[in-house]
Amino acid sequence: MQLPLFPEAASAIASSVDYLYFYLTAVSVVMTALIFAAVFFFAIKYRRRSEDEIPPPIHGSLKLEIAWSVLPFLVMLTFFWWGAQIFFANASPPPDAMDIYAVGKQWMWKIQYPEGQREINELHVPINRPIKITLASEDVIHSFFIPAFRVKHDVVPGRYDIMWFTATKPGRYHLFCAEYCGTEHSGMVGWVTVMTENDYENWLAGNGTEGTMAQQGERLFGQLGCATCHQLDQQGRGPILRGVYGSRIQLQNGQTVLADDAYIRESILNPNARLVAGYRTDVMPTFQGQITEEQLLQLIVYVKSLAIQGAPPVSEQPAAAAGGAQPPNQPPTTGEKK
Amino acid sequence: MADTHSTVAEHAEHSPHLRHHFDDMAQQFDSATLGMWVFLLTEIMFFGGMFGAYTVYRAMYPGAFASTSQFMNPFYGALNTAVLIVSSLTMALAVRAARLGEQKALQLFLVFTMIFGTAFLVIKGFEYHEHWVDMKVPIIGGHWDYSEFPQFARQAQIMFCFYFFMTGFHALHMVVGLGLMTTIFIMARRGTFSSSYFTPVEVSGLYWHFVDIVWIFLFPLLYLIGRTKKLI
Amino acid sequence: MSTVLQDPRAVETPNYLNQEYGWKSWLFTKDHKRIAVLYIISITAMFFIGGIFASLIRVELLTPQGDLVNSDTYNKFFTMHGIVMVFFFLIPSIPATLGNFFVPMMIGAKDLAFPRINLLSWYIYIAGAAFALAAIVLGGVDTGWTFYTPFSSTYSNTFVITAAVGVFIAGFSSILTGLNFIVTVHKMRAPGMTWGRLPLFVWANYATSLIQVLGTPVVAITLALVGLERAFHIGIFDPAIGGDPILFQHMFWFYSHPAVYIMILPGMGVISELVTCFSRKGIFGYPFVAGSSLGIAIIGFLVWGHHMFVTGMSMYASLYFSLLSFLVAVPSAIKVFNWTATMFRGSISFDTPMLYAFGFIGLFTIGGLTGLFLATLGVDVHVTDTYFVVAHFHYVMVGGMVLAYLGGMHFWWPKISGRLYPEGWAKFACLLVFAGFNLTFFPQFILGYLGQPRRYHAYAPEFQVLNVMSTAGASILGLGYIIPLIYFLWSMKYGPKAGNNPWRAKGLEWETTSPPPTFNFEKTPIVTEEAYAYHNQKETHVG
Repeated sequence: MQLPLFPEAASAIASSVDYLYFYLTAVSVVMTALIFAAVFFFAIKYRRRSEDEIPPPIHGSLKLEIAWSVLPFLVMLTFFWWGAQIFFANASPPPDAMDIYAVGKQWMWKIQYPEGQREINELHVPINRPIKITLASEDVIHSFFIPAFRVKHDVVPGRYDIMWFTATKPGRYHLFCAEYCGTEHSGMVGWVTVMTENDYENWLAGNGTEGTMAQQGERLFGQLGCATCHQLDQQGRGPILRGVYGSRIQLQNGQTVLADDAYIRESILNPNARLVAGYRTDVMPTFQGQITEEQLLQLIVYVKSLAIQGAPPVSEQPAAAAGGAQPPNQPPTTGEKK
Repeated sequence: MADTHSTVAEHAEHSPHLRHHFDDMAQQFDSATLGMWVFLLTEIMFFGGMFGAYTVYRAMYPGAFASTSQFMNPFYGALNTAVLIVSSLTMALAVRAARLGEQKALQLFLVFTMIFGTAFLVIKGFEYHEHWVDMKVPIIGGHWDYSEFPQFARQAQIMFCFYFFMTGFHALHMVVGLGLMTTIFIMARRGTFSSSYFTPVEVSGLYWHFVDIVWIFLFPLLYLIGRTKKLI
Repeated sequence: MSTVLQDPRAVETPNYLNQEYGWKSWLFTKDHKRIAVLYIISITAMFFIGGIFASLIRVELLTPQGDLVNSDTYNKFFTMHGIVMVFFFLIPSIPATLGNFFVPMMIGAKDLAFPRINLLSWYIYIAGAAFALAAIVLGGVDTGWTFYTPFSSTYSNTFVITAAVGVFIAGFSSILTGLNFIVTVHKMRAPGMTWGRLPLFVWANYATSLIQVLGTPVVAITLALVGLERAFHIGIFDPAIGGDPILFQHMFWFYSHPAVYIMILPGMGVISELVTCFSRKGIFGYPFVAGSSLGIAIIGFLVWGHHMFVTGMSMYASLYFSLLSFLVAVPSAIKVFNWTATMFRGSISFDTPMLYAFGFIGLFTIGGLTGLFLATLGVDVHVTDTYFVVAHFHYVMVGGMVLAYLGGMHFWWPKISGRLYPEGWAKFACLLVFAGFNLTFFPQFILGYLGQPRRYHAYAPEFQVLNVMSTAGASILGLGYIIPLIYFLWSMKYGPKAGNNPWRAKGLEWETTSPPPTFNFEKTPIVTEEAYAYHNQKETHVG
């Protein structure tokens, strides 16, 4: 009969979260013990001995009030500070983090790797590498929770959410959906498997035959007719997409925007929302309802792969096997768009 | 300052309108007006929630929201604003008449207030009809077409929903206000009010002014955005 | 105190209970005391309905698999447990029952400022409860009491609108109660009853009323928007049409966080009354305890984002909400310290109300401290949406609020009913509640840190032992609730008669008969001393 009392710590931040937790617990135990002891002690020492006794009136003490307001608040500030530190440190993934994509839908997690592997309710990651998970929802709000890593992030429909971690201990760990999402919310669970580098390479090589995400995206690009207007190297009816990802785009309304995952997604689903300057409205059709979140991610990875000037088209590159690193984003040359 | 009103024998000495849990009419009047102010505070929070949500979406979709003002009728809106402001004037005059015990003036001004209030609702009715004809009613069976600005269709739908909710709840409050006025009018006809007892008139006046003020905020927000400079 | 059983009607002075008989005299009453009794009955009924759902949840969770009921049914259980307990028990409870009964008496008034509005607010409560019960009986609602979109606005196939309408209506009951209390406290204090002499129970209800009046309308409009979205598919909260589901959460929690202070503040007011009476001593630090109620009410409006740290909210917003959440803990801590200090050199007796007060102080301390864990950003990411949160809020709501309610009911029962409850059984039940409560909810802190998420029908098998402990505790807790129900009812016929002041307490409500006359006081009292002036008590009252 198992009686676990404390979760495994399997990520780089897990132990710092745990130390903070222990600190909070220690202070709480001390405070609770003090109050319990005081109440207990006073109750006994000052128990009523006669019906007629009249205790002396003690109105209060300003010094005491200030002391027991300010001192606890100062202690709380240490909680705040330490907690904020961990929170901030964990907010942005390092630039060389490995990308994995997770789509939550009622009631399963669909994981995609850039190299093309797909899993349902299973996530395989190599040890000691920062992993950045891009989260998307097909329907309602979910939450991606790996207790052993002490990470959790809500998955909100209509946008992308990012979380990241570095796994530090091989093993199999729970993955839970942590935001109530309907009937099988408690069935939306899975496993995260942390492997050594070698094992991970082997696993990658043995799985996934549909091509990399970028290749899948390229196929979609053709199937959905995107290529009709968005040509690779010459101006068509729509902006050239090579080099777009990661650049700043001038919009019709005068503002500029960073062409990140969210912008590309929005451009596919709601093209007129933030239109590139110089292009007419209502020319690009919307693909809302015709494309799943997974397919959107494939297209984004494809567009991302178009970042390098003069590099051969993606389908001519060998299917990436080792490491799964994407071509790094490079700032595009100017004069590209319009 | 010991109270001597609590025994039945002294009952005949004070106004028949004094409720028994109060010490005197002054306390009753003060309580009633404070009560109405607190109630209006809750109404501010109620409308405030809608204004807040509206503001969030306006910040998210400025172009779409600006485009919607083309489909509002600022003439009707301004007319309604004038109508309500005048109705607040007649309401204030009614309260004043009640304080002075001027029965005829009180009834007259109440009637005027009701006329203007009804005029407001009638004008609003014309406006809603216009929106219906223009296919700008996103609720109720989808009488909606935003082909004038297709790129804003979705967000404009949200905006028009807020338009109908906010003006709709406001109109509902106007209807309640008219009901209040009718009740007060009937009471005035019966000679209930005098310079020593006019609490319901005062309290209804506060309510009426509040409904007016909500409109003063609604009008620029819903009708006038996007009319001063081109955002699209 | 006489222990000879007497026929209740033999030598009774006229009081609010026997003044008139018949259902009309109750259903059309304007007497705040009778309205309080009407509320006691309806709120107790809703409490036990909510409790039945809790029992079903705990029985299902005895095993890791979802084998008692199917998932949809389970989801309805926890939703309806939450809706009934939050909106139909916790929010109205102390203000509508003990507050309604005693706020006017404590300030020396004959009634609340607006007695008919008071009755209306009960009818509105009943109407709201009818909708909520209709939602249950028609087939239930499964969105969670938090109604998160787009699940509630688009995806759920249950009676969301019916339930939302019930909550919407109940909100007006809450607003009217708050409005009534505010005007009453401002305008109807007896001569000499200055703000600085008000009993702390009145301060607590006043602060609560401010929150009720300012916060409830926001949840009203939020739920109205969800209902309209559900009915007309507009897109306010549906991202597919341009809406923002997180906007719903901001609007919802803007009310629902202050709402938890609506739930706890009146309980804190009760504890102030109990600790002073059963230490026979004035409160230590009166201005600080009174002021802290206002402080909690105000700061409580500024912290709602701490429910949303993992939603992707801006980092700076998260920092702000975390800091303010620590700040709001300070006034609560001040109260705990002041209650403890009140006992110093007091004359402590161990009657049941005081035992509940002890329980409150201990359990609220634990609940409040675990709130600090949740305010701490780095830890919250791990424990939010897990059983850690469930344990935290049950510690403050049950270990705090329900214990305060039971303590207050026992304290004022003699005044309300004119009867004494059986002290031996009461102490026993109090012990069961305390022990059962801790066994139910302490293991849930551990489960939460281990990672068991909330609202899970089936859970990972290694969590079973802790879940079984929790269910065992729940059965003891349930027994602890049922026993007082039985003996309170029993005492109405067979309990010994209570005199005016069986506890020898200070407070205007104790200076009149038990039960009080309809108009509360023969003559309006004139107040000349501060609250809890126990050192002025000279005579020994008998019963």
